[in-house]
Amino acid sequence: MLAFLVRRVLIMVPTLIAISIITFVIIQLPPGDYLSSYIAELESQGESVDPARIAALRAQYGLDLSATEQYLVWAGGLLQGDLGFSFEYQQPVTEVVGDRLFLTVVLNAATILFIWAVAFPIGVYSATHQYSWGDYGLTLLGFIGLATPNFLLALVLLYLGNVWFGTSIGGMMDPAYIDQPWSTDKVLSVLEHLWVPVLVIGTSGTAGMIRRLRANMLDELHKPYVVTARAKGLGPMRRLVKYPLRTALNPFVADIGNLLPQVVSGSAIVSMVLSLPTTGPMLIAALQSQDMYLAGSFLIFLAMLTVVGMFLSDLALAWLDPRIRLGAGTSR
Amino acid sequence: MTTHYVNPAPFDPYATDAMTPEQERYYMATQWQLMWWKLRRHRLALVSGVILAFMYFSILISEVLAPYALATRHTDHIFAPPQGLHLFHEGRFVGPFVYGLDYELDMRTLKRTYTPNHSRVMPVRFLCSGDSYRFWGLLETDVHLFCPAEGGTLFLLGTDRLGRDLFSRMVYGTRISLTVGLIGIIISFAIGIVVGGLAGYYGGWVDGLVQRVIEIIRSFPELPLWMALSAALPVTWSPVLVYFGLTLILGMLDWTGLARAVRSKLLALREEEYALAARLMGARPRRIIARHLLPGFMSHLIASATLSIPSMILGETALSFLGLGLRAPITSWGVLLTEAQNINAVELYPWIMTPVIPVIVVVLAFNFFGDGLRDAADPYR
Repeated sequence: MLAFLVRRVLIMVPTLIAISIITFVIIQLPPGDYLSSYIAELESQGESVDPARIAALRAQYGLDLSATEQYLVWAGGLLQGDLGFSFEYQQPVTEVVGDRLFLTVVLNAATILFIWAVAFPIGVYSATHQYSWGDYGLTLLGFIGLATPNFLLALVLLYLGNVWFGTSIGGMMDPAYIDQPWSTDKVLSVLEHLWVPVLVIGTSGTAGMIRRLRANMLDELHKPYVVTARAKGLGPMRRLVKYPLRTALNPFVADIGNLLPQVVSGSAIVSMVLSLPTTGPMLIAALQSQDMYLAGSFLIFLAMLTVVGMFLSDLALAWLDPRIRLGAGTSR
Repeated sequence: MTTHYVNPAPFDPYATDAMTPEQERYYMATQWQLMWWKLRRHRLALVSGVILAFMYFSILISEVLAPYALATRHTDHIFAPPQGLHLFHEGRFVGPFVYGLDYELDMRTLKRTYTPNHSRVMPVRFLCSGDSYRFWGLLETDVHLFCPAEGGTLFLLGTDRLGRDLFSRMVYGTRISLTVGLIGIIISFAIGIVVGGLAGYYGGWVDGLVQRVIEIIRSFPELPLWMALSAALPVTWSPVLVYFGLTLILGMLDWTGLARAVRSKLLALREEEYALAARLMGARPRRIIARHLLPGFMSHLIASATLSIPSMILGETALSFLGLGLRAPITSWGVLLTEAQNINAVELYPWIMTPVIPVIVVVLAFNFFGDGLRDAADPYR
């Protein structure tokens, strides 16, 4: 297990380096930088710009360095937990971001749990009742969830929540708790507001999960050992839970590699519509104003979220499946 | 004494090999014929295929199908609700018609209210002349499949903030929304086959490198990455260039799944004898991959490609909704949905959200069609 762990961590290092390089290239892609758009804005307002001041600003933010040097400075900062400086807010990125990263993790983790909780029973039911009305109905429901654009569902739920419950369900907590220190009441308030985004983001991932679990279960259910178990007189529940379900569970855990990027994507746009205090809305604003370090740290955070998520799922998989733990290699 | 029974008929040594006509037809059929027969049995996939074919056909004749031109404005019908289509007026059959709308401005709430006026019956005209357009940029004409009565209006799905007919705009939007996925998939298909082919055929370090690259790309969540890339498209680009830039972005990030499929298939197939034979006869890798190995699983690839089109269509819709994708005057379903961005729209003008219906229909159809295609392409089912 230890050898597996070490190998898995070592693989992560080049991945993370590559991700940081790609992120840096992407945030450098737009022509010009924050200062040049800032200057253009000042000039359009008829203000004169002192070249000396601009040069000083450039030097201060390191914009006069070459791209490689800028990258090294930025990446070195990342390693020490320094996310860089936000031009737009005139504050270090760490300050601007505040609780957002944590709330993003909470939101995404809750969504994954929701998808599992919903997809698991439905997938098992669909597989054991293949081609029944229940199977078709639930599958169709899952597909409709997949096909409906998240943002619209969020809007409609926002409206319905307002009409039916009379509450404002935008945001992730009661306005009274914003910028307050964490307390039990605040946590409860977050939980109260969490269900809408979780439901909305979850709908798009559930269908895929149901399909995969159903397919895996069907593969297992037709294997000879199930027939043997049945011939030996095992009860239907035990016959299902004890063996096929356990095997079908592996891909369920392994699939988090596909699920996580999808959920993170979904949460980005839903947060925008519901104006949740997560990374999504700020990322888009940062992208539009070329606040490159802010955008960059969000991008790299989201990518890291999936990398770490995959790492955790690999750990869980190794714990579940001795074949992987003992180094025979994954059969994916 | 028992006698052996002897069949008096002349002995035919090929009797067991003979096939009934059906069997012969089955065994002699090409791979694509077999696929078609299997697909034909899959009802849902077939229906979805027909819907998609109809949608794609409609983009050839959008101008004819839409009663109004893309930008025609009706300034006295702003945010008009959908006009229901009726057949009978006061128990008498008139054919398809709509009632005219009476407009009133509530001076207290400043809300526009439209009420159908049951005395104004406006029959729909068919194959009539309306807004003129250049058909395929060649032919100046004004023929529409159906248009409003003379001097009347026909807003099947209502109008938007500028008084433009939503149904017409949706018909035009189909053109952009459906081709985004198609062009995107062609790009991702090309990259996927080349990269996956190299990795699968050469194996070794090439394979290792490609695998790592794919892993890295896949660990980025798609939407934020699309957002970042499309934010990088220069603002000075014309809408058409932005459209191509966007399809390029969608395609560039989608190829990883296909490349993986190609790779794993090639790894298995390159050990086959026929690949060895081709190599011994001096065929070069390119020829072996393209001529001998790819056709073996092309059908499977096409099926998987079909399944990844919907995510591109949804991606475009989401990006345009956020204002990072296509911009007016280019009209796609996502661009139309940007109007439904605030909660007022949901409450006061819910018909603004109707462009979501074709999105759902197309995404579902692609999913079911792709599923059926994949089952049909699988020789072991």
